[in-house]
Amino acid sequence: MSKPPKMKILITGISGGIARQLAQKLASMGHEVLGIDRRPWHDAPSNVKVFNVDIRKRPAEDVFRHHKPDALIHMATVTHLTASQEERYRINLGGTQTIFEHCHTYGVKQALFIGRHTVYGAAADAPLYRNEAEPPLATATYPALADLVAADLFAGSALWRYPQLNTAVLRLAYTLGPSLRGTLASFLGEEKGQTVPTILGFDPLFQVMHESDAVDAIIAALETKLRGVFNVAGPPPIPLSVLCKKVNRVTLPLPEPLYNLITRRLSLSSLPLSARKHIKYPVVIQDKAFREQTNYQPRIGQEELLKSFKSYSR
Amino acid sequence: MFGTDELLKLSTSQQVAKRLESLDIPFGSLGFDPFGISKRHLGLFYSLLEPLYRHYFKVEVSGLEHVPTQGRGMLIGNHSGGIPVDAGMIFASMFFGPDAPRHVHGMVEKFAQNLPFLSPIFSRIGQFTGLPEHAIQILEAERLLLAFPEGVRGTGKLFSERYQLERFGTGFMRIALQTQSPIIPFAFVGGEEAMPVVYHAQMLADLIGVPYIPIPKHIIPVPKPEFCQVIYGPALQFEGSGNEKDSVIQGYVDQVKTEIARLIVLGRERREERIKLHKQEQQSLTGGGKLSNLSSKFTSNYLRSHQSESADHE
Repeated sequence: MSKPPKMKILITGISGGIARQLAQKLASMGHEVLGIDRRPWHDAPSNVKVFNVDIRKRPAEDVFRHHKPDALIHMATVTHLTASQEERYRINLGGTQTIFEHCHTYGVKQALFIGRHTVYGAAADAPLYRNEAEPPLATATYPALADLVAADLFAGSALWRYPQLNTAVLRLAYTLGPSLRGTLASFLGEEKGQTVPTILGFDPLFQVMHESDAVDAIIAALETKLRGVFNVAGPPPIPLSVLCKKVNRVTLPLPEPLYNLITRRLSLSSLPLSARKHIKYPVVIQDKAFREQTNYQPRIGQEELLKSFKSYSR
Repeated sequence: MFGTDELLKLSTSQQVAKRLESLDIPFGSLGFDPFGISKRHLGLFYSLLEPLYRHYFKVEVSGLEHVPTQGRGMLIGNHSGGIPVDAGMIFASMFFGPDAPRHVHGMVEKFAQNLPFLSPIFSRIGQFTGLPEHAIQILEAERLLLAFPEGVRGTGKLFSERYQLERFGTGFMRIALQTQSPIIPFAFVGGEEAMPVVYHAQMLADLIGVPYIPIPKHIIPVPKPEFCQVIYGPALQFEGSGNEKDSVIQGYVDQVKTEIARLIVLGRERREERIKLHKQEQQSLTGGGKLSNLSSKFTSNYLRSHQSESADHE
């Protein structure tokens, strides 16, 4: 196979956990890597150019105008864990809209939107393996994800709005890895032996992939000039209780009606009422289409993945 | 979460543990398959079924040669009234019957996913919500799927209506065609006698929100020990896409129903013979040696006639 041509790649949200690893890997492959983030990346490598600007402001557009990237990897989305509702709509929806407009205006050829598998939502009556043809139910099962669902669908609409721009929406399973960041990592906490409150009588399957596999999957999508909406997962799912045990966390199964009260009393990492379905029912995705089109295979299996997360925990 | 690993291991019989090793399920290194089925939970499940299958219901199985030893297939049969024991005995017949055991996936009612404790147990032993998506996923994973096209209409039968087949749903046939799965018709006989429902406590059922509450002849709603027969018939393979007209599908469904009705007649005859034989054996035990000889002669004749019968079906 011939070597893929070197590209100028812009990553939004470059200071995030996976984005940093992605930037470093792409730069080491010889691509020119640029990044935008409001948050600083102090020890960014010299071959990665970081612009401390807001994706919705004029200076971000200047980056597109001056540097004319070939490809965009949009990772500047936030969750309810770190941002208020107003902020989330501004960044996730407003930001995504602005970025895709810039891609169109400044001739970007390939755009990747890095989304989440949780958009499918956890529901008792949903099928176990969700595929891309299914509607995202998260707005009903977890309203705090509504802005992310909207951003995901909006990014997908670029496929018909800007047909010349090769757009792919990747819905990634939960990631764990050295960054210790992300939705699942914050639920599990940073320390070994930490108590993880779960719902008594429920033990849903959790689908987790290693951060380095997520990086590889994104690069595979870039190299194959992927177009469309795709689920991306790692090894097969495992029950939440097993996951916690393997990363040395202690599950505390609580009766659902007392969940809030007890977690608050014990100051445990709690979940909003609406999010509780996500630790009662599984959100498991089928990524057959992505694997077929990109030849991607996760390299890190269940055990190794959990062992590595355990070793990164304090 | 419902019992430690050690407890699950301890409660698995040796015979079951040995069979689990050659089961047609690809367990990962943590003991889970891609659907979240747990090897340890299966061990406990089959260990609990074994005495029911062998001693309580004394299930006699024939026609096992008609069930594919590998690859997809749909086991389609009659549903027994009251508290159906049929599904469990079908699972056991495919696990303990053939040389190479096969796990059968059943389908559970949607409300079961909402039940604490039960919902994760169903998931760990591969019994998923009755959704067409699940049926397709199971068959595409080259597994065996059990379905009762009579549905609740079947379990709602009274003893006076025993072994009369209710209307068959047609969904199973469209899925069989879509996934190109062979249909293995079967009859389960003995279930109606184990739970002879004479009355439905409808008012109470409406109050609780369940379809019916069966009251058996023996009052206590627990199935009695009865001789049970499972007869698998020759596999039926229908050609089509699953998008055929209702009249075409109905024609195929009627063929399956006719075959099941035939197997039921055969099963009831065999059951009668077994009961007769059993009574004679009981008498000979109390009546001395002469009768005992007679009984063994009867047994060998009985076995011979059955072997030739099953040869006729091929």
